[in-house]
Amino acid sequence: MLKYFEKLGTYALDYINEAGRMGIFLFHSAVSIVKPPYKIFPVLKQTYIIGTLSIFVILFTGAFTGMVLGLQGYHTLSKFGAEGLLGSAVSLSLIRELGPVLAALMVTGRAGSAMCAEIGVMRISEQIDALECMAIDPHKYIVAPKFIAGIISLPLLTAIFDVIGIFGGYLIGVGLLGANEGMYFSSIYKDVEFSDVYMGFVKSLCFGMLIIWICSSKGFFVHLSRDGGYGAEGVSRVTTDAVVLSSVSILVFDYFLTSVLL
Amino acid sequence: MNENIIIQLEDVRKSYGRQEVLKGINLSIVEGKTTLIVGASGQGKSQIIKHILGLVKPDSGKVLVYGKEINKVSKRELKEIRTNFGVLFQNAALFDSMTVYDNVALPLRERTKKSEDEIARIVSEKLALMDIEGSDDKYPAQLSGGMRKRVGLARALVLNPKIIFFDEPTTGLDVAKSNEIYRVFSRTQARLGYTSVIVSHDVPKIFKLADYVALLHNGAIQDCLTPEKFQLSDDPVIKEFVETTMGPLYSSEMEV
Ligand SMILES: Nc1ncnc2c1ncn2[C@@H]1O[C@H](COP(=O)(O)OP(=O)(O)OP(=O)(O)O)[C@@H](O)[C@H]1O
Ligand SMILES: [Mg+2]
Repeated sequence: MLKYFEKLGTYALDYINEAGRMGIFLFHSAVSIVKPPYKIFPVLKQTYIIGTLSIFVILFTGAFTGMVLGLQGYHTLSKFGAEGLLGSAVSLSLIRELGPVLAALMVTGRAGSAMCAEIGVMRISEQIDALECMAIDPHKYIVAPKFIAGIISLPLLTAIFDVIGIFGGYLIGVGLLGANEGMYFSSIYKDVEFSDVYMGFVKSLCFGMLIIWICSSKGFFVHLSRDGGYGAEGVSRVTTDAVVLSSVSILVFDYFLTSVLL
Repeated sequence: MNENIIIQLEDVRKSYGRQEVLKGINLSIVEGKTTLIVGASGQGKSQIIKHILGLVKPDSGKVLVYGKEINKVSKRELKEIRTNFGVLFQNAALFDSMTVYDNVALPLRERTKKSEDEIARIVSEKLALMDIEGSDDKYPAQLSGGMRKRVGLARALVLNPKIIFFDEPTTGLDVAKSNEIYRVFSRTQARLGYTSVIVSHDVPKIFKLADYVALLHNGAIQDCLTPEKFQLSDDPVIKEFVETTMGPLYSSEMEV
């Protein structure tokens, strides 16, 4: 009986430990972002990896999300004879909710996992130790460019997702199902307010930081992970953890952000 | 003698689980001299280096570098201290997604404000010193084990550090190459006057380089002596080490 409590206690302590580690990691990273010198090239490179290389996936998923919204929205709205609102239904759900969330989930899968594995390998092959011994701050050198790139990329990717989604909805709703073209765009124009765009923007910014934070810190601390971060298996386990935790946090955080911003 | 002790380990202990690796290490590193740490495989030589570098925290005891306790100083002070270091890890720890050139150039790019031209000059000079010209564009995975070591050495020396830590610098190198590297060491040390801490199994050849030899046995430093005194020591453990490492060298003819 006592053994179970002991186990429970160890688990709890492990989690608290890890939370503390990640908190300190975030702090150090934030400090290293604002501290000079500022180097532009690493940020551009990371923006390319996180942002540019994600564009195709974002276009694809954005288009299909918009299309399915057009399909579902048209059928639901036509029950009330409100097809005219299709444009605002599609665009509002995209801008406020689906755009930021789905773009963040795609980036987690594409760039977050890669980032976690990359940093994890650097850790277990002592490359991070080597950096520290050269008096190069690994937060500044490895993590800071990724953070900045994430903060730049996510809102832009979300914007692309939203726009392409709205056209996807148009394609299906107007092109295929025959909703009124003018109504589609005028309802968007009428119903989408600045506060909606602002909400989407804040969300995507927060998700960007959340993804980079979770994925890079998981990789950074692979050697301290619960079941021992040894070799390839350690990195793979931590990468899975990072993607799961990051996706779950995006959805949970989304709820709280919405409730605060509404 | 007025010798400055710049690194001091006082009763350093470290355990991993039930295994006690370091059982009270006392060691002083003298400025401007070469201290050689020898001992059987798995005795904790690399661990001693990692303690001095501040990568591993001792369970008890103190590690003083420049009089400061390395695992208690602030992040900024630690960085300050580490600017003096040049380190070769046992596995070289090269940045595996960067070319040889970028590996060696990295410390210059991140820590100095030198122009790319200047960096190119210094890097090719260091690579030439280690006899690895012509592999600039290769990635660490495309190098042989010995070449990796030499790139690691070039990277460790590129900023002209004040203290160098070499964990088995010549393991995996052929005799001619390791002799050449020893020559480079003594030349650069004469020129730059750095302090060096070397872990090596290349006994007795590396003794020529050493000012002091420390034997690690059973988690403790047996003694830290000059190479001559070390070879003539009466201490039974040292005597046995000297006999097993050097004895067969001279009696090999008889054994075969
Ligand atoms: N992270 C760790 N966890 C558990 N044990 C460790 C760890 N690091 C080192 N050890 C143990 O500490 C001991 C000393 O290791 P170390 O690498 O310092 O040996 P060494 O003297 O450098 O050997 P070699 O000459 O083969 O390089 C070994 O028994 C090793 O198993
Ligand atoms: Mg070793």
